[in-house]
Amino acid sequence: MMTETQNPMEMEPTASERTVIDAILGSAGAGNGAARTAEGLRVAVQPERPHGRDRLLPVLLALQERIGWVSPAALGEVARRLRLPYAEAYGVASFYALLHLEAASPAVVHICDDLACQQAGAGRLIEACEREWGPEGAGEGERAVAWHRSPCLGRCAEGPAVFVQRSGASSFGLGAVETPATVMQSLEEGPRPESLPFIYRTDRHPQPLTERMGRLDPTSLDAYRAAGGYSGLRRALALGREGVLRELKEARLLGRGGAAFPTAAKWEAVAKSPDLPRYVVLNADESEPGTFKDRLLLEQDPYAVLEGLTIAGWTVGASKGYIFLRGEYPLARARLETAIATLRERGYLGESVLGEPFAFDVEVRSGGGAYVCGEETALFNAIEGKRGEPRNKPPFPTVHGLFGRPTAVNNVETIANVPVILRLGAAAYTSLGTADSTGTRLFCVSGAVGRPGLFEVPFGTTLGELLQAAGGLRPGRSLKAILLGGAAGSFVGADSLDLPLSFAAVRTRGATLGSGAVIVFDDASDLREAVRRIARFFRQESCGQCVPCRVGTERQWELVERVVAGRPLTSWHEERERHRDLAAVMRDASICGLGQTAANAIESAWALGFLGEGEAVQ
Amino acid sequence: MNRGAAVEGRTVTVSIDGRPVEVEEGSTIREACVAAGVEVPTLCYLENLAPVNVCRVCVVELEGSRALVPSCSRKVEPGMQVRTDSPRVRQSRRMVLELLASATDLSAAGEEVHRWIEAYGAEPDRWGEPAPYTADAPTPGSAVTLEQPVKVDNPLYVRDYSRCILCYKCVEACGDQAQFTFAIAVAGRGFDAHISTEYDVKLPESACVYCGNCIGVCPTGALMFRSEYEMREAGTWDPQRQTVTDTICPYCGVGCTLELHVQDNRIVKVTSPLDREVTRGHLCVKGRFGFEFVQDRGSATP
Ligand SMILES: Cc1cc2nc3c(=O)[nH]c(=O)nc-3n(C[C@H](O)[C@H](O)[C@H](O)COP(=O)(O)O)c2cc1C
Ligand code: SF4
Ligand code: SF4
Ligand code: SF4
Ligand code: FES
Ligand code: FES
Repeated sequence: MMTETQNPMEMEPTASERTVIDAILGSAGAGNGAARTAEGLRVAVQPERPHGRDRLLPVLLALQERIGWVSPAALGEVARRLRLPYAEAYGVASFYALLHLEAASPAVVHICDDLACQQAGAGRLIEACEREWGPEGAGEGERAVAWHRSPCLGRCAEGPAVFVQRSGASSFGLGAVETPATVMQSLEEGPRPESLPFIYRTDRHPQPLTERMGRLDPTSLDAYRAAGGYSGLRRALALGREGVLRELKEARLLGRGGAAFPTAAKWEAVAKSPDLPRYVVLNADESEPGTFKDRLLLEQDPYAVLEGLTIAGWTVGASKGYIFLRGEYPLARARLETAIATLRERGYLGESVLGEPFAFDVEVRSGGGAYVCGEETALFNAIEGKRGEPRNKPPFPTVHGLFGRPTAVNNVETIANVPVILRLGAAAYTSLGTADSTGTRLFCVSGAVGRPGLFEVPFGTTLGELLQAAGGLRPGRSLKAILLGGAAGSFVGADSLDLPLSFAAVRTRGATLGSGAVIVFDDASDLREAVRRIARFFRQESCGQCVPCRVGTERQWELVERVVAGRPLTSWHEERERHRDLAAVMRDASICGLGQTAANAIESAWALGFLGEGEAVQ
Repeated sequence: MNRGAAVEGRTVTVSIDGRPVEVEEGSTIREACVAAGVEVPTLCYLENLAPVNVCRVCVVELEGSRALVPSCSRKVEPGMQVRTDSPRVRQSRRMVLELLASATDLSAAGEEVHRWIEAYGAEPDRWGEPAPYTADAPTPGSAVTLEQPVKVDNPLYVRDYSRCILCYKCVEACGDQAQFTFAIAVAGRGFDAHISTEYDVKLPESACVYCGNCIGVCPTGALMFRSEYEMREAGTWDPQRQTVTDTICPYCGVGCTLELHVQDNRIVKVTSPLDREVTRGHLCVKGRFGFEFVQDRGSATP
C-alpha cells in the first residue's frame, strides 16, 4: 500500500499510463479550461466537449487492460481529468472485481468454481493450478501467473471455464480447461479458436432465436440479411410506433431478464414520457450462475440483437442505445463492434436509419466484474461512472433511468425476440408457447446431463422433455435435483419432470424460470457444495448498500458453512429458524432483487432436505 | 406517481395503521407517521441530509407493494394504506437491528438505538461467537464482526470503523449535502464495503479539511472527537457531568450556533443544532475544533 508520506495525488502517472488515459479522455489540457496559443500564451478556452463522469469505467478498464492494474497515480490523474474527487473515484474502482488496485501479475486467471463447473471438475483444476502457480491470489504482482476463484463465467456447458486477464493484451475466455497447461498454452500461443457448445436443433418447432447460430458468419451483415434479417426493422418503420406497440402487445412478449415484465407496457411508458432525451439500454451483463444464452446470442447473432435494439429505439423515440456488456465477454464485444461499424457504414445506424427520419446509434460499455450491475438501476449507475449500487424504486427506469432520463432497459433475449415478432407477426408468434408465456425460451442446461448446451424450445415444454433433449442423465445415474433460474432461483426435486416450463406453471411450484438457467444434479453431485457456493456467491456479490443484504448474506454464508460442516449452533431447529429470519428480512426489506432472492435457493434446499439434520440425500 | 414539486398548501390524506392523516404533498411516509404520533426508528436518515434509504430500519408495510418500503424516502400518495406495526414490519426491523448489532460495536450509539434493540427484541448474540473482521471463509460457529483497529491519524478526531453501520451519512455530509470536500467515499462491496479515503491514505494526506461535519452526523460514535476518544479510553468520559452551552461561533460573520459540551470546566466536544437555518448543524474547522485556544489560555506560551 501507500508509503507513510507520499500523497498519491502528487504522484505522476507513467508515460504509458498517460497514453492510455489520453486515448480515452483526449490529450491532457483539453477540458481544463486553458490552452496555449501559437505564441505560447496561456488563454482561457471553453472546453470543447467536457468529459462526463461516464468515461470513468471505460478509462479504468482500458488502464487495466493495457497496464495490468490501476495504479494510484493513474487513478489520481483520471480523477483530476474528470474533475472527480479522488476518494470517490477510488470508491468506484474498488467496486469492480476485474480492476486491480495493487500491482497485479501479467496474467491473472479467473477460474470458475461455480455450480456447473464444480460438477465438471473445477475442483481438480484448482488443485492443479495451486500446485503449479501457488496459493490463490498470493504473490500477485511478483508471479507471472496469479489465479482467483471466480463466479460463473457464462460457459457452463463447457466447464471448467476460465477467464484470463493479460496486461497489455486483450483478455479471453476458455472452456473445457483440464489443466494449467491449457491456460499456459493459450498465453503463449494466443487463445484457441472459439468453439460452440451444443446447440439443440429440431424440426418439431421453429427455433427463431437459434436457427442462425453457428450456421451463419456472425460478422456478415449480408448473410444476416439473406436469412431474413432487417425485415423486422423495415416492418417496424412501416407500422410506426403505435403499430409496433400493438404488435408486441398482441404477441404478449414478456421480459426474459428474470422479472417477466410485459415489454410493450415498458416501452409504452417510455414512449409516452414527455422528458427528452430517452434511452434504450440492452442489459447484456449476463452473470446469473448457469446462464450463457445472451453471450451466444451476442457472439453468434449480433445483427439480430442490434436489429431488435434499433426497433426499440424507434418505438420509444430514443436516438441512443447503450449496450452494457459483461466485462468477461470480450469476444461478444469484438463481434458487436464489428457489427456496429458495418451497420453505420451501410446506413442501418446513424443520422438517418434506412433513409428514414430516424437517427439512432449504439455504444457498447463493458462492465467491471459485478453481478449486481445486471440489476437495471445498478447498471445505469455503472454506465454513469458511479458505484454499481441499485437505486431505490420508485422512481422506475421508464421515468428516471439512465442519466435520469426515461429509459427502456431489456434483456438480450427479450430484444432478440422483437425482430422475430415483427417478422412472423403476433399471430404466428403466439402459436408458439402457452397462453401466458408466448414464443420460445432459451434454456441453458448444464450439470449432470449427457449433452449440456443451449436449448430453444417453446414455453410449456416440460422439464422432463428438456432433459430428454439434453441427452438425459448419464448412464446409471439418478436425478437428485434441478436448480431453475440460477443462484437467484430455486431447487426443484426429482419429482418435477412433469413441470411445464412456463412463467405461470413454474410459479405454482414456488420456483422461477429466471434467467433460463437449468442446472442438473444427479446422485454423484455434491449438493451441499452447491449450496455452499450459492451462499458464498451472494456474500461476494452483494453491493453492500443495505443492511439486510450486506450483513444478511454474510450471516447466511456462515450459517450454511457450519450446517454443511455438521456443526449447527444450538440446535438444527434453531438454525432453520435463523435462516427463516434471514430469508424474511432479506426478501422484505432489501433494496434490490439480489438481496430479495439471496435466500431462495438455500430455502428450497432446506425444504428438499439437502441441508440440515439427517441430510436426506447425502 | 407524485413527481412534481409540491404545491404549497396542498395536502394528501393517507392511512397510518388505520387512522387517516393529512400531510403536505411531497411529505414522506415517515413524516406522515410522525404526524400521526407513531415513532419510526431511523438510522441512515437525518433531517439535514437527503435520504439515502440504506439501513432499512424504517420500513413499513404499504398495501399493494410486494416488499416493505422505506418510510424515510417514500413520498406519500393519496389513499396509501400504511402499516407500521405488522408482524412483517416488526420482524424486519428486529432483524435489521439484530444484524447490525451482531456485526458492529453499538456501545457508543444513541440511547434510542438501544431502546429499539430492546423494544423489537433483537438478539444479536444468537449468530455465533464474535470474530474480528475478515473477508475469508468463516470458521464454523463464528460471527464475523467489523472489529478492527481504531484509526488515530490526526490530532482532531478518530475513526473507529468497528462502530460503523455504513449509513453513508458522513459521505453525504462531506460531499454534496454540506461540505463539498469529498474526502471520503464508500469503497469495496458487500460485507467488505467500508468508508475510505483514496487507497485508504491517512486523513492528513487526504482532502479532509477537518470541518467535523461527518462527526456531527455519525449515529454510532464511529467518528469521534479525539478529546472524547481519549477520555473514554482513560475512563473519564462522563456525559452525566457535562453541561451543554449554546453560543455563536466567534470566528466569522456567518453566525453558526455552537453547542459547547463542557466537562470539568473543559470543552470536550462541539456540536451544532440541526434545526438552525444558518447552517443546519454543519460547521467548519474553526467552529468545530477551534476551541482549544480557550482552554490553553493559561498554559499557552506567549
Ligand atoms: C441482482 C440482479 C441481477 C440481474 N442481472 C441481469 C442480467 O444479467 N441480465 C438481465 O437481462 N437482467 C438482469 N436482471 C434483471 C434486470 O434488473 C431487469 O429486470 C431486466 O434487465 C429487464 O429486462 P426484461 O424486461 O427484458 O426482462 C438482474 C436483476 C437483479 C436483481
Ligand atoms: S439488496 Fe444487496 S445488492 Fe441490492 S442494494 Fe441491497 S446490498 Fe445492494
Ligand atoms: S472532517 Fe469534514 S472534510 Fe474531513 S472527512 Fe469529515 S466531513 Fe469530510
Ligand atoms: S462512520 Fe458513522 S456516519 Fe459514516 S457511515 Fe459509518 S456510521 Fe455512518
Ligand atoms: S461458467 Fe462455470 S458455472 Fe457457468
Ligand atoms: S432510515 Fe430509512 S432506510 Fe435508513
